[in-house]
Amino acid sequence: MKKFLTFLLLAALTLSLVACGQSAPNDSNSNAAAGGGSEKGLIVVGFSQVGAESDWRTANSQSMKDTFTEANGYKLIFDDAQGKQDNQITAIRNFIQQEVDYIVVAPIGETGWDTVLQEAKDAGIPVIIVDRMINVAKDDLFYCWVGSDFRKEGDIAVEWMNKELAGKDAVKIVHLQGTIGSSAQIGRTEGLEAGAKANSNWEIVAQQTGEFTQAKGQEVMESILKQTTEIDVVYCENDNMAFGAIDAIEAAGMKAGVGGDIVVISFDATNAGLTMTLDQKINYNVECNPLHGPRVAKLIEQIEAGETPEKLAYVEEEAFDAKTITKEIVDARSY
Amino acid sequence: MKKDDPQSLSSSKENIVASIMHHHLFMPILGLMVVLLSNLITKPDFFVISMNHGVLYGNLIDVLNRGSELVILAIGMTLVTAASGGQDISVGAVMAVSAAVCCSLLSGGAASTNVLQMPIIVAAIAGIAASGLCGAFNGLLVSKFKIQPMVATLILFTAGRGIAQLFTKGQNVYVRVDTFKIFGNFIPGIPVPTPIMISIVTVIIMAIILKTTTLGLYVQSVGINSNASRLVGLNATRIKFVTYVICGLLAGLAGFISASRIYSADANNIGLYLEMDAILAVALGGNLLSGGKFSFAGSIIGAFTIQGLTTTLYAMNVSADQLPVYKAVVVVIIVVLQSPVVQKQLKRIQMKRKSVKVLEKGGVSA
Repeated sequence: MKKFLTFLLLAALTLSLVACGQSAPNDSNSNAAAGGGSEKGLIVVGFSQVGAESDWRTANSQSMKDTFTEANGYKLIFDDAQGKQDNQITAIRNFIQQEVDYIVVAPIGETGWDTVLQEAKDAGIPVIIVDRMINVAKDDLFYCWVGSDFRKEGDIAVEWMNKELAGKDAVKIVHLQGTIGSSAQIGRTEGLEAGAKANSNWEIVAQQTGEFTQAKGQEVMESILKQTTEIDVVYCENDNMAFGAIDAIEAAGMKAGVGGDIVVISFDATNAGLTMTLDQKINYNVECNPLHGPRVAKLIEQIEAGETPEKLAYVEEEAFDAKTITKEIVDARSY
Repeated sequence: MKKDDPQSLSSSKENIVASIMHHHLFMPILGLMVVLLSNLITKPDFFVISMNHGVLYGNLIDVLNRGSELVILAIGMTLVTAASGGQDISVGAVMAVSAAVCCSLLSGGAASTNVLQMPIIVAAIAGIAASGLCGAFNGLLVSKFKIQPMVATLILFTAGRGIAQLFTKGQNVYVRVDTFKIFGNFIPGIPVPTPIMISIVTVIIMAIILKTTTLGLYVQSVGINSNASRLVGLNATRIKFVTYVICGLLAGLAGFISASRIYSADANNIGLYLEMDAILAVALGGNLLSGGKFSFAGSIIGAFTIQGLTTTLYAMNVSADQLPVYKAVVVVIIVVLQSPVVQKQLKRIQMKRKSVKVLEKGGVSA
């Protein structure tokens, strides 16, 4: 009886693991087969996505799927790399074999793209990079890049701080950084540091990475508050860390946000982040727009028309002030 | 690891000092003390605990609070290590599974919820049960199929977060309900953070189990010599299996606390790298990673040493990305000091001193 139970348990677990493992490849196979088949005047675009690790990423994928529809004259072959660069390289090779018209890649890492992009170039397929930037030996390995200007996002936040905090004698800033070395962290940090340099009354009293997660943001802020409570602004490089920071501030018996003790600045402006902005807990939230689809489509149109688009294209970014944000804006945000 | 050797020297004072020095918890406690006391240099008020808006507040409270999950994990890891002579490296991922199951049940499958879709207790039990199942899977592979623990648990180490993502549909599932937050924060009106209380209760329950049942004895016996234990009639397979299930259940509890802290299931980050800290806690506690005799107290001290180190480094304004380097340095020092080779050398030096003293004394009396 016990042996039988043991066997049953193992069988069930093995089956469930196998089932998990298989569902994804099946999905992309069926997609690929469909892509290779019907090309009646449609522009075939192969898109290799990082995965679905965040709401932002999901919205990014959705934007691509919504833009490259058959109604718009496109055939999209979508590949989810599930967070692995190997999968992306395989996907790009598949796209080349299927002779797609354009390859769009949201790269996972910066390096390691030279060989596969050379193969795409040899096959004469233009490659468009979205979101993160890549680091290749020769710039002509990719056609162009679309993404966020993180430095500009930082500058937008600093500009708001300049206006909002004008006339204060001393501004003490706590800086919660993203994962060190990520492009979002580098750009947003540059923005703040330039702002602090330009304003002699600004002082960054603590600078620590919260690795873009809520738990770390909370833990780090908790620790900083033990050292000093004379903080005017906390500059969080994404929404998740802002949530953590706000929890830590409230746990210390202070109030965050509009009319509180500490001004909270955040980035990404996800639905959850904007909800907190509407709740007056985050003072200012700078968007990181995931809707890359229309922008990429515009570039493809340009290339189709024989024009050479700009090498680096930035998406439009908005920013939301807690004083002016409305419920409609929050509700309209899908990610 | 013998302590309280009968001392030939008559001086009782020296006897006490020696027996303290030889206690198996001496080195772990020394490590913890050094880590915590080093704070006094840069931050004299490190040990100050105050009441802030009705709750306890201070760096020491942070260490106890943030270390709760690690303590709970370390207990499970100690049992697994003792019984099987190997470690369960899947506990971090299993935490994520528990958090994912719990939060997605509470939210009813939505990405964010303001209303509980079912009682918290039901969801928590479901999450912890799912982790127990993961532990059972590990235990089965290790005990029944005799696969090396590191290899067997590598499966869930890699697949666990994927399984968690299946439950959360790849998103962070938020449960924005105040009653859910209390398990990782505070119960209104009670000044002690809930995670500390949960970890204390867990430790007490485990201690009672060890005291009132033969589990502890059997685990040690199986860990020291599995075959011999089998020959005297112990079911080594079952005992190993049980330790992995307990380890899984405890990981589930830790995952539940982590999820409650951030009122969400972040399958990518909950418990990330915590399995390494848990193994380290066991090692820092003076337990042999090759199994056999074990001490919960040592592992708990080890867990607080690691958390104390993190909090200390934050307090010293060390950037979090450089943290692992400093951690590694301290850990190397503590582990080397506890290593058999160094311990032997230290003992030899001590013996030499003693013999010199004895000789001197002998010389005087003669």
